[in-house]
Amino acid sequence: MTVSHHPSDELLFDYASGALGEAWSLAIATHLALCPRCRAAVSGLERLGGELVEAAPMEAVSDGLLDAVLTRVDAAPAPAASPVPVLKVAPTTAPRLPQPLRDYVGGDVETLPWRRLGRGAYQCLIPLQEAGVTARLLRIPAGKPVPEHSHGGLELTLVLCGAFSDDSGTCGRGDLQEADETTLHQPHAAAEKDCICLAITDAPLRFKSLAARMVQPLLGI
Amino acid sequence: MAEEIVQETMVNVWRKAGQFDAAKASASTWVFTIARNMRIDMLRKANRPEPDANDPSWVPDPEPQAFDLVSRDQQAAGVHRAMAALPAEQQDVLRLAFFEDLPHGEVAERLGVPLGTVKSRIRLAMKRIRSELGDGQ
Repeated sequence: MTVSHHPSDELLFDYASGALGEAWSLAIATHLALCPRCRAAVSGLERLGGELVEAAPMEAVSDGLLDAVLTRVDAAPAPAASPVPVLKVAPTTAPRLPQPLRDYVGGDVETLPWRRLGRGAYQCLIPLQEAGVTARLLRIPAGKPVPEHSHGGLELTLVLCGAFSDDSGTCGRGDLQEADETTLHQPHAAAEKDCICLAITDAPLRFKSLAARMVQPLLGI
Repeated sequence: MAEEIVQETMVNVWRKAGQFDAAKASASTWVFTIARNMRIDMLRKANRPEPDANDPSWVPDPEPQAFDLVSRDQQAAGVHRAMAALPAEQQDVLRLAFFEDLPHGEVAERLGVPLGTVKSRIRLAMKRIRSELGDGQ
């Protein structure tokens, strides 16, 4: 099973340069754990960053800077000669949430404080240091739709368990879908099992049906 | 603030020297990633989420096939070539985006070009890098 929906070049570029905010970076970093191809692209961009460092004109720093660095280095313990090798013990089952996501939510899918969203769906909000963007895990019951909606801003959805489909195709584990103001879609979770995904949004979703819009404030989505 | 970031970066280069793996990245690439992470840490006071290669959920790289085996050195040389081949105005976009931590809209403003131009220059640079890395797409 390989990943077939990848982040746009712009997102990978901003992740590599460091310009991308925390919540979006969380989705990209989690995708990278599952996608060797995008990892290669990001390390190529980091190499480009190194090239830019080498090509950059020299700039003077203040006289005291080197001394300040040396003083701090002297005070610090000497670094270990080589990294301590990590003993890899194959776990009986790999966690379903890869790092860094697992640390952000504080556990794997079974142990999370899921909150009911209605119609069998659950969500779990993810605490972030940067404000203005929301990150949440969504759990949509097998075969059930997410209410049809469009987006006030950008939405990234990364599938972690199961799969969902909409007009644009099917997304499975590791696939990342980007949606914006122009996207009106009604994703359905695949029939086999519940679909768990990471959703990042920078504006509230706009639901098409009046009923969904009326309960939206109560559900906090 | 720039000096503080330089200082933190140099101290961290020292502290993390044991983790440097010349087989994985060039020294300048490694210093760039440390400086980038310091900037995020100090200017935005936020974490930079990164994947962990030792995590059991990590999907490993596919075994390289003999015919598409491109060494790290060749890849690095390829990125160098791709970079050198870019016209000056494209290099400017990359430099501003990488060093000034500017959103694309502000990169466009600084250079006096439309936002779409910045985006297409970034896409073009990505395309060149991907082709140098042997990624056919």
